[in-house]
Amino acid sequence: MARIEAEVGKPQGGLMKWIDDRFPFTETMKAHITEYYAAKSFNWWYVFGVLAMVVLVIQLVTGVFLTMNYKPAAAEAFASVEYIMRDVEWGWLIRYMHSTGASFFFIVVYLHMFRAMLYGSYKKPRELIWIIGMLIFFVLMAEGFAGYLLPWGQMSYWGAQVIISLFGAIPGIGDALVEFIRGDYSISDITLNRFFALHVIVLPLSLIGLIFVHIVALHHVGSNNPDGIEIKEHKGPDGIPLDGVPFHPHHTTKDLVGIIVFLMLFTGVVFFAPDMGGMFLEHANFEPANMTATPEHIAPVWYYTPYYAILRAVPSKLWGFILFALAVVLPVFLPWLDRARVKSIRYRGWIYKTALSVFVVTFISLGWLGLQEVTTTYVLAARIFSVLYFAFFLLMPYYTTIDKTKPVPDRVKYHE
Amino acid sequence: MSKLKMLRPAIAIAALFIAVQGFAAGGGAELESADIDPGNISSLQRGARNFMNYCSGCHSAQYVRFNTIGKYLGLSEEQLVDNLMFNAEKTFETIQASMPAEDAARWYGTAPPDMSLMARAKGADYIFNFLKSFYLDADSPTGVDNSVLAGTSMPHVLWELQGYQQEIVEEHTVDGVTTHEFVGFELVTSGSLDAEDYDDFVRDTVNFLAYISEPIRSERRKLGVWVLMYLIVFWVIAVMLKKQIWKDVK
Amino acid sequence: MNEDDVDRIDRNRRHFLTVATVVTGAVGAGFAAIPFLSSLQPSARAQALGAPVEVPIGSLQPGEMIRVLWRGRLVFVLRRDEGMLARLQENLDSLDDPNSEVVEQQPDYAANETRSVKPEYLVVEGSCTHLGCAPLEDFDVRPSENWGGGFFCPCHGSKFDLAGRVSKGVPAPTNLRVPPHRFVRDDLILIGQDTGAA
Repeated sequence: MARIEAEVGKPQGGLMKWIDDRFPFTETMKAHITEYYAAKSFNWWYVFGVLAMVVLVIQLVTGVFLTMNYKPAAAEAFASVEYIMRDVEWGWLIRYMHSTGASFFFIVVYLHMFRAMLYGSYKKPRELIWIIGMLIFFVLMAEGFAGYLLPWGQMSYWGAQVIISLFGAIPGIGDALVEFIRGDYSISDITLNRFFALHVIVLPLSLIGLIFVHIVALHHVGSNNPDGIEIKEHKGPDGIPLDGVPFHPHHTTKDLVGIIVFLMLFTGVVFFAPDMGGMFLEHANFEPANMTATPEHIAPVWYYTPYYAILRAVPSKLWGFILFALAVVLPVFLPWLDRARVKSIRYRGWIYKTALSVFVVTFISLGWLGLQEVTTTYVLAARIFSVLYFAFFLLMPYYTTIDKTKPVPDRVKYHE
Repeated sequence: MSKLKMLRPAIAIAALFIAVQGFAAGGGAELESADIDPGNISSLQRGARNFMNYCSGCHSAQYVRFNTIGKYLGLSEEQLVDNLMFNAEKTFETIQASMPAEDAARWYGTAPPDMSLMARAKGADYIFNFLKSFYLDADSPTGVDNSVLAGTSMPHVLWELQGYQQEIVEEHTVDGVTTHEFVGFELVTSGSLDAEDYDDFVRDTVNFLAYISEPIRSERRKLGVWVLMYLIVFWVIAVMLKKQIWKDVK
Repeated sequence: MNEDDVDRIDRNRRHFLTVATVVTGAVGAGFAAIPFLSSLQPSARAQALGAPVEVPIGSLQPGEMIRVLWRGRLVFVLRRDEGMLARLQENLDSLDDPNSEVVEQQPDYAANETRSVKPEYLVVEGSCTHLGCAPLEDFDVRPSENWGGGFFCPCHGSKFDLAGRVSKGVPAPTNLRVPPHRFVRDDLILIGQDTGAA
């Protein structure tokens, strides 16, 4: 009798023990939250990872409620979106949150990636975190592309038509591949249905899996910081990094402030400018897809335009496609292209700082150019910026080697 | 050094927003501003009447329900039924065109497009200018053409109100190359409304079209203010908590 | 103030701010949940499609029944003949709820002997109160079985009389539901609404 009682345990105080005997709850909480140490010197560039998770949750929740009312069939899709906007209680809010969330996802992710470029967060021992992150980026691009077809507006249809046709540029298998992707001889109800399956099930699950692995890899080596110092190299007698603070409550409370500021911006857009001048919800997409009439001006949504500009700058269909793909994939190799012995831009020389500034201007300019119609001036500009874009990566082994760096301190720079 | 770096995300976002403003209409001629006032309920009421009387013969607004309009415009059910519902019986019905779509497509070459979202697709200014830009063209099957949408199949439905105008085109010959420059319109036959009244008529109608393209607009803006106020309060508390937690970090 | 006092004040302040944050967050989350949960309510289109249905009965003969759909549900409109009306008084002891005492199954104006607004016209949902199957007509009179006519549910054998009243000893627990309805005119019934104009 006594042995049975001991095994069952007391309900009240013993509840945690009962759980912990069967599931690594407390030990996980400690290892990853309350006793996971990250640098005290994080600045606001470090909030974008958490914001990306917030946006993911927003997209998943609003997405679920949209799928309850959306009809993934060519004959009904457009009308079902208007049904959500007008007839479903609060449907308009759910839709706007989802469309705004899509754009904010990319804003946050681009800034998150830029942080890595500022502080060398992709360098050893964090190369794998970076690679997984790039995979997340690729899946996100596919997710946005599949999602954009679903409203079945003019831009949905013709944008998909243009981008899917790109794959026809691949020699030999191109045409067969395009037909394989579409599932039909042109973009149709069949394509729509399968893009719906990709957008709602395959890609979100992949995204969640990759993000989980991304965080596991991060926690295994510990976060970087704005000084690029490994805080685990200087621990106190209790084994805690001297420059570290526990993730909870320090970074949770700090991130909460960042999240609220983010929500203010998000709210501003959702409630006051959901179209964002035609950037987040394109004007042409308020007309149902018409297979016989192409809109005057086709452009992908703003977050793809930097790469689209590069594609259009190249006069050959095949090479345009190759360089477009290369532009997307090249950042994967940053951990090996970057030969600097320091991580953070704070200790790099003027060469890298110049190169990175040029890269920022290049990326934004390419983005703007991708939205414009084709004119001779714009094509020339796009070509110049494309060269600069590739030069940033391909010349990096050279200029990061010759760049004169500053000595890196032992301890992080922290000001209250 | 860190202040300069702080500027970068701000510059990136500012650049993005500047690009946004420059991309409003995306090509096309200069359009006169419609100057609509979405808060003006009387204008919207007139616009609804105009739409039902002059437009709904051919153009449906298939996503719009009469009871939605009635409620927003402050109409009683009787007023709604008597003034706006000609073919529909129940107030929950949507606005359908009187002319069957297949017949319209046969007669005009193309089915008159649905108007539920036209103001979001083309913009209020576009529609405003379109309705003011019909001019006489002897070669056209409808006797008119339109300078905003050349070759339009739509007849000048509002001719009784505006009258008929013709294009004034100036010819310039430079180095043997002759170009025609459109200068303006000239009223040839007057309608029942003078130019200013016709403008108001079109403005009311476009105002109504803008409203039906997003009926929830005014409510969403009001709600947004409340959400922002809540977030500001939450932000203040969160900042205080953060500072308290970080107080002893050196 | 000594160190212990400072610590205590700090701890109290920290506790207060934590509670304030959590409460504010919870309130926000609660408000944020409202749109999502509300979106699950019947939409404007569902309400439009669920609007009352007009049923013309001008040509309905005595003893004849028509079936209509209201809110996707089957409704029987039966014009009872004299014989049927008379037999409503018989075999009352074979019924579970002859006096329509279970109030949820009919509006006030149908809680009477004939379970209807006008004695002749029975308006009742064709949904067996056991598990929802559509009962079949069984208007033959079989005195040997004490059966004066009514409805028979093929799924599990429940029986209802010509006023939709459930027999004893069958799986169905209650009488067939009478939906809200009214006579717009003598020859026109409106099902789904019993007050005001159409």
